[in-house]
Amino acid sequence: MSQLKLSLSGISKSFPGVIALNQVSLELHSGQVTALIGENGAGKSTLVKVLTGIYQPDSGSISIDNELVELPTPHSAFEKGITAIHQETVLFDELSVAENIFLGHAPRTRFRTIDWRKMHAKARVLLHDIGAAHINSELPLKELGIANKHLVAVARAMSIEAEIVILDEPTASLSHKEIEDLFDLIRLLKKEGKAILFISHKFDEIYQIADRFSVFRDGEMVGEGELKNTSQQDIVRLMVGRSVDQIFPKRKIAIGPPVLAVANLSHPTEFDDISFELGKGEILGFYGLVGAGRSEVMQALFGITRTASGTITLDGTAIKPKSPADAIKAGIVYVPEERGKQGVVMDLPVFQNVSLPSLHKTSKNGFLVLAREFALTRKYTRRMDLRASSLSQNTGTLSGGNQQKIVIAKWLATQPRVIILDEPTKGIDIGSKAAVHEFMGDLVDQGLSVIMVSSELPEILGMSDRIVVMRDGKIVVIHKNDGTLSAETLVKTAANISLDAA
Amino acid sequence: MTELPSKSRNIPDRLVSPIKTALFSWPTLLLAVAIFIFILNSFASPYFLSAWSLSDATFNFTEKALIALAMALLIVSGEIDLSVAGIIALASTIMGLALQFGVDTPGLVVIGILTGLVCGAFNGALVTGLGLPSIVVTIGTMSLFRGISFIILGDQAFKGYPESFAFFGQGYVWWVISFEFVLFLLSAAIFYVLLHRTNFGRHIFVIGNNPVAARFSGVRVERVKFVLFCLTGLMAGVAAVLLTSRLGSTRPSIATGWELGIITMVVLGGVNILGGTGSIQGVVIAAFVMGLVTFGLGLLNVPGIVMSIFIGALLIGVIALPILLTRLHDRVSR
Repeated sequence: MSQLKLSLSGISKSFPGVIALNQVSLELHSGQVTALIGENGAGKSTLVKVLTGIYQPDSGSISIDNELVELPTPHSAFEKGITAIHQETVLFDELSVAENIFLGHAPRTRFRTIDWRKMHAKARVLLHDIGAAHINSELPLKELGIANKHLVAVARAMSIEAEIVILDEPTASLSHKEIEDLFDLIRLLKKEGKAILFISHKFDEIYQIADRFSVFRDGEMVGEGELKNTSQQDIVRLMVGRSVDQIFPKRKIAIGPPVLAVANLSHPTEFDDISFELGKGEILGFYGLVGAGRSEVMQALFGITRTASGTITLDGTAIKPKSPADAIKAGIVYVPEERGKQGVVMDLPVFQNVSLPSLHKTSKNGFLVLAREFALTRKYTRRMDLRASSLSQNTGTLSGGNQQKIVIAKWLATQPRVIILDEPTKGIDIGSKAAVHEFMGDLVDQGLSVIMVSSELPEILGMSDRIVVMRDGKIVVIHKNDGTLSAETLVKTAANISLDAA
Repeated sequence: MTELPSKSRNIPDRLVSPIKTALFSWPTLLLAVAIFIFILNSFASPYFLSAWSLSDATFNFTEKALIALAMALLIVSGEIDLSVAGIIALASTIMGLALQFGVDTPGLVVIGILTGLVCGAFNGALVTGLGLPSIVVTIGTMSLFRGISFIILGDQAFKGYPESFAFFGQGYVWWVISFEFVLFLLSAAIFYVLLHRTNFGRHIFVIGNNPVAARFSGVRVERVKFVLFCLTGLMAGVAAVLLTSRLGSTRPSIATGWELGIITMVVLGGVNILGGTGSIQGVVIAAFVMGLVTFGLGLLNVPGIVMSIFIGALLIGVIALPILLTRLHDRVSR
């Protein structure tokens, strides 16, 4: 018999130009592990931030033990007994283990100063209880490995007597043995009656540890239930089964000879032995889970990440881009995933963003010619169907979709040979999405070659000529996208689920 | 073929004319303040409103203002140089040293300016090459540069600069118009063009707003910053020549505390201390404001220490004002 601990209903949260969560509901039960499953951008991390008081939902209600609660600050979430253990643990490296466990609620002496002896004693007891007696409570946290940091985070959760524990992709950087230890710990938490939300991409882990599941897609909850009555196939279908009927204006274009050839490109830690070719007029999709190394490979092509070995050949000439400036000069441009940080300069007007990499063309002997900048901007933003009140409007005041159009317009103005789009439609509205997709068709029509990194299955299946699947920094397989390739096959190769699994 | 969306519309270049934007900007407000102080000064002291007295007033700020022009660019790019006064001391000392070896006026000028340039390049190399924060690097080099001149000079002073050398800090180009003042106006024009009318200047603004996006757009961020440190050092070298010429001697304590006045000038001129925005017009007017204020206080026999209290208060006030205004605005609109 499990008891309903936490329930969310009708939670919505939107950001300028994006609906991150739409009327979402979720239930967590005491003594049970609920798995939260969804593609990247499905709204999982937004939900975690709502639960931990970092974001305020626009509408909807949260109740704990059948009582309505509000979580206006992270501290109030903490007081209500909610704690989160993140992928990259958000503890304090320079503080000791005991300080991390008791931060904010350390035992005090009569004089209201911290009772160090009592704190360390309590910390030792807690660590012992969770089977982590090997951790010295006086060590600074930075001297621990990631697995031990997780243990400290769990000890912290126990110390505040958290009733609701969120584990946000806790196994991402753990070894097999460490994952086993973590699961033992989760079972211990379960036995103590904690309600646990477990977020992971990995199906084998979910089946191993979770009791219930909840699937998110595009900011909506699309299915939930008991795991033991549900097959892996069904969950994959729920994850991807959306509007595969969405219209993608993929045009039939004869693919020409290779423009870009990458051979044995390797990086000490991020990726290894990457080889592929990109034809003239081709759209090459890159699919994989977060952390598969796709963005890192693209940033190496763009001169941001240094490679250890391997060659890049563009139009038959070997290039070695040491900076984005080199790559742009060679004809490779990159539309980054983190638009706000890497793509546009928010506080500068639209035209200054668009003309930035083309200033050498619009200027005269190094002196700005504003009229030419405006003309260039108008030409390329019109092609992207930009919506703005003027070209001098600050870029930060536009929606995400329009900002993305500006980034693409900026690169088109440099007349590149190869354009790399990293999650080009992540977090932008449907209308802008269509504009970006339509435009990719235009680009290849004009003889450009496109590399598209995307985690959105309909997009990758709808737009790509071929699809490269990456996992753990390596290319697993390159599929020809001839219409017979299914979303399920892609997900399985990316997540390493054997194809004949039930 | 799909048709182009029929909704595609013509977006205007701008909605507000540049003249209107300029009219409601910080420099315009500052100009009003400058005029107000000017009028106040002329009431406060009967000696103020004479051509020679006004000419004297310019000596109060031209050397600092020359450095402020370059410093403005550096701060817009998101960096800062606190070592400029130290550079003046070292450049002046090296000039004095060269004088002992019989170097004549042209040689002294070149040596002074070059020393500044080398110091600036040293700062720039540490910041861009090693990726250190400029505030820490230049606090270090601030003591380093002045320390070297203390080692060379001890409690001595270099004197006996040639008569022809005196022109730079004491000479007049025409009537009451000094060489220093003309040099300042010329430099202001050059820096205005550099920051507001060239690709290089555009890159400075982009870097100050978002260095990551700048890099991702092909701007050579480190190179631009290095050049700006060199430029600031160079202007400090120029100031060292002028100041040494005006004083006619070099002591290791020369120009002590000038960085405070220079940075105040830049911030008062409307340059965001965190980088990204600012204008040369603003800095030039701010230089006049500070010159008028200190000269006015001088006429009223206000002691130097009170003036530095005043400048310190002004610096804090100018930085705090926009933050307070935004908060007030937020509160009112809520």
